[in-house]
Amino acid sequence: MPVYSEKVMEYFMNPRNVGEIKDADGIGEVGNPVCGDMMTFYIKVKGNRLEDVKFQTFGCGAAIAVSSMVSEMAIGKTLEEALTITPSMVAQELEGLPKNKFHCSNLGAQALRKAIRDYANKKGIKIKGLEEKGEEDEEGEES
Amino acid sequence: MRKVYLDNVATTPILLEAVEVMLPYLREVYGNPQSLHSWGDEAREAIDIAREQVAALIAGNPEEIVFTSSGSEANNLAIKGLAQAQAGKGKHIIVSAVEHFSVLHAARTLEKAGFELTIVPVDKYGLTDPDEVAKNIRKDTILVSIMHANGEVGTIQPVAEIGMKIKETGVLFHTDAIASTGNIGVDVKGLGVDALSLAGNQFYGPKGSGALWVRKGLRLIPLMDGGVQEGGRRPGTENVPAIVGLGKAAELAQRDMPSRMEKLSHLRDKLIDGILTTIDHALLTGHPSQRLPHHASFCIEFIEGEAMLMLLNSQGIAVSSGSACTSQALKASHVLIAMGISHEIAQGSLLFGLGVDNNEGDIDYVIEKLPPIVSKLRQMSPLYARFMKEHRG
Repeated sequence: MPVYSEKVMEYFMNPRNVGEIKDADGIGEVGNPVCGDMMTFYIKVKGNRLEDVKFQTFGCGAAIAVSSMVSEMAIGKTLEEALTITPSMVAQELEGLPKNKFHCSNLGAQALRKAIRDYANKKGIKIKGLEEKGEEDEEGEES
Repeated sequence: MRKVYLDNVATTPILLEAVEVMLPYLREVYGNPQSLHSWGDEAREAIDIAREQVAALIAGNPEEIVFTSSGSEANNLAIKGLAQAQAGKGKHIIVSAVEHFSVLHAARTLEKAGFELTIVPVDKYGLTDPDEVAKNIRKDTILVSIMHANGEVGTIQPVAEIGMKIKETGVLFHTDAIASTGNIGVDVKGLGVDALSLAGNQFYGPKGSGALWVRKGLRLIPLMDGGVQEGGRRPGTENVPAIVGLGKAAELAQRDMPSRMEKLSHLRDKLIDGILTTIDHALLTGHPSQRLPHHASFCIEFIEGEAMLMLLNSQGIAVSSGSACTSQALKASHVLIAMGISHEIAQGSLLFGLGVDNNEGDIDYVIEKLPPIVSKLRQMSPLYARFMKEHRG
């Protein structure tokens, strides 16, 4: 069993922002059950800020803790700010992840990005930071 | 908080009786069994007794027992040692798809060295069809290895039937009986095998103890080069305390087997019934009746095993999982996949290994604690959300 930090355990045992936003402004889904983890992020945007972020995750303790942490980090941020959240920032906030679980933090950041992209596409707007990375970064298939 | 250890498939605890017989050999009786003085005699005699105890457990002869450091070593020695000794006759080996990695990977290593490997499939219960094994035997087949019972799903294979079917071909037949020995009756003659692996920490003996039984007269190439220990089949100064503990555990397993089996199969059935009636979309993996008496394994749909394992651990309950996330390699259990279970369902693998220390209260505790854990994780699961939407219309 991997050794998780206390923070990972806390965010896994008591996850924040679990659930679905019914009238979400953007939805991002990454991963697939074959690779082990699946995350769906829902965002609600007000002005240019993430007013609410919720998630659903099928996966291990690390995947749940990552989703929970990403949602918490993202709420209240502008869309541009939220796009600067990187996997290593998430891992750092969680006080580290076991090496073989690091891909979970990729998934979390990717799912959020994908939800923001979905919002941008629906609105037909461009958001700084969204064009810089291609779609291939967002599938999380490497796991 | 109540503590409930249900991971006896990973390892059993060691019985106090086994510890007690080991203790003198950790300190007072320190001679090398190969030495010709009285110090050596004492150690050698202890090993001889253990050899008789282990042989008695599987109805073999003492001189047919080769002590090893573990079950994995016994499997490696059987596969590589027998195949290499037979290489002059042919190079074809047959194993099943659900073998432990110490068999499967040993066979793969041989394949890389020029041997040919056939992996026979299993059905949805994890059973190997004896006809399928017989059908795959060729002129150049030298070794068949089919496990006796599977540690991940508990299924007991029709080893005796396979033994009967292939007897006339003269092909050597090994069985990995690590999960079964000491837990159910194992009789090398009844099974019709030529070699059989076992491990002490599967039946309340010490870790680091194992043995390979090899039918008298069969040649075996050792894995390591060295001295004449274990009839030249396994060099290295004997781990006397572990061997003594293994012997004692074998004696106790033989003595207590009927009562252990009765108690454990009762608790197992209670656990299986409890889980299947309190949790929907849960499936029992492995064979419903042809399974180890202390083994209950499931796939709980829409959620992942490691998350369940950790939440159970937070309630003082120890289990295992064959989910991809639980494995270091992040791969789903090859056993579940070979049984035709999808990767998605295999992610929900949960495995209970009951032991002699468990009681009815432990099972009640699990049946009380598991359903809310499953609900909690399902509330988070996008797969469950999708399923609920689709079934609400």
